[in-house]
Amino acid sequence: MKAAVVVFPGTNCEHDAVYALASVGVEAELVWHRQTDLSAFAGVVLPGGFAHGDYLRTGAIARFSPVMTEVERMAAAGAPVLGICNGFQILCEAGLLPGVLLQNAGLRFICRPVHVRVTSTDSILTRAARIGQVLQIPLNSYEGNYTAAPGTFAEMQSSDRIVLRYCDATGAVTGEANPNGSLGDTAGISNQSGNVAGLMPHPERAVESVLGSSDGRVLLESFAMSMSAADA
Amino acid sequence: MKVTVHVRRRADIADPQGTTVERALRDLGYEHVDKVRINRTIELEVRGTDPSAVATEVHAMCERLLANPVMEDFEVVIG
Repeated sequence: MKAAVVVFPGTNCEHDAVYALASVGVEAELVWHRQTDLSAFAGVVLPGGFAHGDYLRTGAIARFSPVMTEVERMAAAGAPVLGICNGFQILCEAGLLPGVLLQNAGLRFICRPVHVRVTSTDSILTRAARIGQVLQIPLNSYEGNYTAAPGTFAEMQSSDRIVLRYCDATGAVTGEANPNGSLGDTAGISNQSGNVAGLMPHPERAVESVLGSSDGRVLLESFAMSMSAADA
Repeated sequence: MKVTVHVRRRADIADPQGTTVERALRDLGYEHVDKVRINRTIELEVRGTDPSAVATEVHAMCERLLANPVMEDFEVVIG
């Protein structure tokens, strides 16, 4: 079965997502945010961009787009649901992932490759990776500063829900390598059952060496594995 | 009925904009300025005659859309 790549007004990474998913063997189709039936799809990707202009807060309007009822249904049914950048922000606003993304600590829009370390493989985003693997992936955001209530975050840590953390080129999570001030150097998280995940960096922009890195592939391959598992 | 909603970032959540503006004010010589926070005011006209019913409804709007309880508090002012 296919993956749905949701397009909101203001989404701008949807074609990259479809292309990158195809490169790991996932057939994906663009789906307008007003769509109310995703029963033909085994998984969903919410790609990056500025859904509904990011008005009010990032993802605040998008979470009420008609398609989100279906995304919530699929998430509850255990289907793989991945949010990249703005898609991550939308999943947080929708309550499908805990926490929220604030403005970067330095108030600068960050657009450069960063390093992330795989810290949990128990998610649709990281199951094909190995713990400690270091990936170089582009970051492209202004609101990438992840935070959550202290109790929530402690619980996420103890249940291995922080799946990617910012690190230096050697893989050391030092805090100094943290580009945006995110809590616990968090770059990517998953929900309790691992089938809903979000990350700020863009794996779909790192799938071929000509793009400067193909390190994003292992994350999309994880999603692909989860798609076949959802199919079975 | 005119309703004003004040959405404020919670005190325990960092406000990078406020911090930056505070720094800029100090650079301008206003060194006695502290705790600058950038908040949001939303004004609404709600058709209705019962202030307490309108307040309850706007409260619900805040919880659903206008504020994010993870990072923000809100206050509803009628009139």
